[in-house]
Amino acid sequence: MRSQSLDAEGVKADFPILKKKVHGKRLVYLDNAATTQKPRSVVDAVSGYYTKHNANPHRGVHQLSIEATEVFDESRRKVMRFINAARFEEVVFTSGATDSLNLVRYGWGSKHIKGDDLIVLTIMEHHSNIVPWQLLAAEKGARIEFVGITKEGELDEGRFEELMAESPALVAFTHCSNVLGTINDAKKLCSSAKRAGATTVVDAAQSVPHMKTDVQDIDCDFLAFSGHKMLAPMGIGIVYGRREKLAEAQPYRSGGDMIKEVHTSGATWNDLPYKFEAGTQNVEGAVGLGAAIDYLEALGMDRVRQHEEDLLDYALQKLEGAPGITVYGPKRPSDGAGVISFNLGDIHPHDIASILDEEGVAVRSGHHCAQPLIEELGITAATRASFYVYNSREDVDELMNALAKARRIFCI
Amino acid sequence: MSSSDIYRELILDYYRNPRNFGKLDPHDIESRDSNPLCGDEVEIQVKVSPDNKIEDIRFHGKGCAISQASASMLTELAKGKPLEWVKELSKEDILKMLGTSDLGPARIKCALLSMKVLKTGVYGYLGASLEDSDR
Ligand SMILES: Cc1ncc(COP(=O)(O)O)c(C=O)c1O
Repeated sequence: MRSQSLDAEGVKADFPILKKKVHGKRLVYLDNAATTQKPRSVVDAVSGYYTKHNANPHRGVHQLSIEATEVFDESRRKVMRFINAARFEEVVFTSGATDSLNLVRYGWGSKHIKGDDLIVLTIMEHHSNIVPWQLLAAEKGARIEFVGITKEGELDEGRFEELMAESPALVAFTHCSNVLGTINDAKKLCSSAKRAGATTVVDAAQSVPHMKTDVQDIDCDFLAFSGHKMLAPMGIGIVYGRREKLAEAQPYRSGGDMIKEVHTSGATWNDLPYKFEAGTQNVEGAVGLGAAIDYLEALGMDRVRQHEEDLLDYALQKLEGAPGITVYGPKRPSDGAGVISFNLGDIHPHDIASILDEEGVAVRSGHHCAQPLIEELGITAATRASFYVYNSREDVDELMNALAKARRIFCI
Repeated sequence: MSSSDIYRELILDYYRNPRNFGKLDPHDIESRDSNPLCGDEVEIQVKVSPDNKIEDIRFHGKGCAISQASASMLTELAKGKPLEWVKELSKEDILKMLGTSDLGPARIKCALLSMKVLKTGVYGYLGASLEDSDR
């Protein structure tokens, strides 16, 4: 199968920014869970949109407006195929995963969540899949329960099932933890939640970029992700919504484009998905997302996943063999995405990140917008390395060299 | 100077063996703040002498080496100084104290946290005593 594997060096050559030197060193970019770099083809697609097709879609009868509408729709079709949505109208453009989750909170949640309803979340959520529900719960007088994790960093499925017995109205969980890399069995969780009568929301910000995702197979009601974490520009994201759920949701933002008719006496809503896309949309972002999907599909999502599993396997071996390192989360590469959080002795992660930066190695340090999880782990912060298609074993070696330097400086 | 050059023996020594670490009771000034990005925390307590000098000072907190070493060094520097001296403290003074000329935008906040905490406390105290003498 070796010949089938992804050629990271070849991929690297497609990303202009990776030729950059940082502090005189080769850039080793390991902060992919925060955002990813962009291949030349995505940058070209965005500039190509402006040099060839730019106009306001849906609004004009002139040629350019028609072209802008076409490229916008074409990107939506690419997303639809990529996540295997059944229908065009189930794919809504947003500004990112955060915006997508807020759309569900205001559009569906505000209308359907009542006082005394139960909302179930997990302790491994990113703040963007906690705070909107806390605000909704406060507004409605609803209750929130968090499902914890096991010692291995896996979701406590026993507790999850217990809570399902309490008939929650809404269950929102991350498909893949941005700290632990834990991959949750989204299909199983959605099936339990559905049986319990709950509406399901999957935060797929860390899964869609890294593994084949099939919304019909998962059978969720909503699924959210960001373009910028999958090679596309910032400011574009997606919320997938099951048609019936989108139909029963109210508009999230209001104004132009999202209406069918407006009279002084009131307005009626546009068809799906446009009902949720008020105002002029981020067409360049959508075009960039389409180009990113083309790039990923050319690599093959199975190979992307295999590549990250290989890197995770290699990195876990190296880190676990190094003195003073504590790794959080699943220790088997097949259970985790390409995300590793760790601590080195008692060195504060910000000090580690500064020393690594000096070596050209970009990692993230802090609470990773997941404070409840960091508290649950009994730490105040962690250092995180996260991989993507252009990372290689050499990058992991550079990480280990830089960590050795940190160890020398702090005499650990 | 590169940012990792800051991690010299001196800084690490203050981090590992912080001077003036702990709490002060009774105290006249108490001030605390945190840095939301890093989660660094520093609390400073000060005993003020009748002639408005820093008679004694302690800090405690948690966070990165730069924030904690900087807090410890600042307490040493501040001990015995008039409160007015605190008002004049600048970013340059702190960088000099740390023995560096630049830390870069990502880490400068860590270095300056303790100065911010001390200034906030002293301003509050002087504001309060100003009101007292007005009466
Ligand atoms: C798991 C998870 N959910 C949601 C988000 C929010 O994504 P964005 O900031 O692009 O809206 C992130 C990104 O940090 C994430 O890692």
